[in-house]
Amino acid sequence: MTDERSETTEPFGPQRFQPTPTETTEVFWEATRNRTYLVQWCTACDAPIFYPREVCPQCLRSDALTWRPSSGRGQIYAHSVQHRPAHPGMADLVPYVVALVDLDAGHGGRTVRIMSNITEVDPGDVHNGDAVGLVWEPLDDGRHLAVFTPAGAPADTAAGAHDGATSDA
Amino acid sequence: MHPAASSHDAEFDQGEFIMTLRGAAAIVGVSDEVSPTGELSVRGRALEAKVVRDALDDAGLELSDIDGVCHVGGAMDFAEFLGIAPRFVDSTLTGGSSFEIHLEHAASAIAAGVAECVLVVFAQTPRADRTAAKKAGKSGGARRRGPLFGGPDPIAEWELPYGLQGPVGSYALAASRHMSQYGTTAEQLARIAVSARRWAALNPRAKNRDPLTVADVVDSAMIASPLHKLDCCLVTDGAGAFIVTSAERARALAKPPVYLLGASTATTHRMITEMPDLTVTPGAISGPHAFAMAGITPDDVDVLMGYDSFTITQLLHYEDLGFCAKGEGGPFVESTDTGPGGTLPTNTNGGGLSYTHPGMYGMFLVVEAVRQLRGECGDRQVPDAEVAVAHGSGMVLSCMSTAVLGTEATL
Repeated sequence: MTDERSETTEPFGPQRFQPTPTETTEVFWEATRNRTYLVQWCTACDAPIFYPREVCPQCLRSDALTWRPSSGRGQIYAHSVQHRPAHPGMADLVPYVVALVDLDAGHGGRTVRIMSNITEVDPGDVHNGDAVGLVWEPLDDGRHLAVFTPAGAPADTAAGAHDGATSDA
Repeated sequence: MHPAASSHDAEFDQGEFIMTLRGAAAIVGVSDEVSPTGELSVRGRALEAKVVRDALDDAGLELSDIDGVCHVGGAMDFAEFLGIAPRFVDSTLTGGSSFEIHLEHAASAIAAGVAECVLVVFAQTPRADRTAAKKAGKSGGARRRGPLFGGPDPIAEWELPYGLQGPVGSYALAASRHMSQYGTTAEQLARIAVSARRWAALNPRAKNRDPLTVADVVDSAMIASPLHKLDCCLVTDGAGAFIVTSAERARALAKPPVYLLGASTATTHRMITEMPDLTVTPGAISGPHAFAMAGITPDDVDVLMGYDSFTITQLLHYEDLGFCAKGEGGPFVESTDTGPGGTLPTNTNGGGLSYTHPGMYGMFLVVEAVRQLRGECGDRQVPDAEVAVAHGSGMVLSCMSTAVLGTEATL
């Protein structure tokens, strides 16, 4: 879950909306300070939960909730290149890629589908089904935002050198 | 073209629906206000009052006849504004599908004897609001988003940081997935915009009426890949109203009643990240339910009013409502003429893509369906239209509501 290269990733930080944790998700956001992606699980249902909730949406219990670290490996389910910024602060980032990524949930081969960005790649080289790896972009308060870079064949990556954070899970 | 009574009896599964709305209520008055420029000179309550007056006049009713009010911005507040004391109020807000739900709820209330005459009203004026804000020296268009009543806001926490444009970005993700999973092309999606424009050319009240080609669409600016500018609906001012009453009372009024034959709603998510399968909308639930209640199949539909916020939206409707199999929407729009004179007249007012789209477009689906079934549509009239479907889509493919409407002959 640690990616030393994340420090060299172009920080979106101040330009992005800052995530607003709830009592339930405080644990998740605090863990991003250590570049750890925690996936919420219900051990009673043996099922991952995204987005993290106050109770398991299957059994409505809260006493079997736990957190498990993701390996950072993911696969692009769908993506869209944004040719206009979603808000003025992101204007100089256009075009950028927003994707839904099926991320390893850290247990039992399960995944959770999350929204993120695919960075350090020509947007035209991004395809659904591509393997991606988690990297971290620092936010200005010490927390990090999970984004992804291509982790597939070298030909599919911008510099041919990024396998994300998938090797040290 | 209408389903015979016998086929209705044969196909309708009484076991599945203990109570049916089929034929219990009818729409007796409709109105809408749009502008060829896209901007209206009246807004707010004054605009709402205008479309209410017009719908009442269309029905031959008075405000004193109204005992139910549906309004996405607060039915209680609007009833107070009108100075009436309704016994049925519904402020359901599911985005663009709200008005099909209002129709379903109004008919349910009427069938249950809870109300007799329900008014559904809507007005939204993004352009006039911006002009007014400029005049007042404020920066118009800035919208604050957040949960309606406080509490957690998962969209702000899990989506907004990544800069997905709303709402187009969510639809773009659905289109992206449909393309990679089924081979759907940009040219196929573009055909949906071209078909809508062909209808708009016949509608003097439509915003955009110039001829449009597939090349025009795919050559227009990319907004959120794979969706281009001309894959996106308009942003215009608009307002509308309709009145629902019992079938019995409807028959005593001046204009031919348009009966609700079937209605159903389904919602699967609020934010696009939570959509279970980006290629399947909740219309795959609401559509078949509404068709079963009405006792129709897709072949019986003379006019399809599908919520076309984006071209991909309408493509998904064709599949989920059963006009073609899942994944075959692309080839379907290549082989099916959905324009004037075609085999499946779709979005005959010009749609959200070319007629009007104030933000929540579902009102206009109902208004146009009623006008088609009354034969009031002039150059764009579909001959002998007896069954029309108004299929609303709310938020980001989140909540679908399907209403099947029919003439007296379909009962």
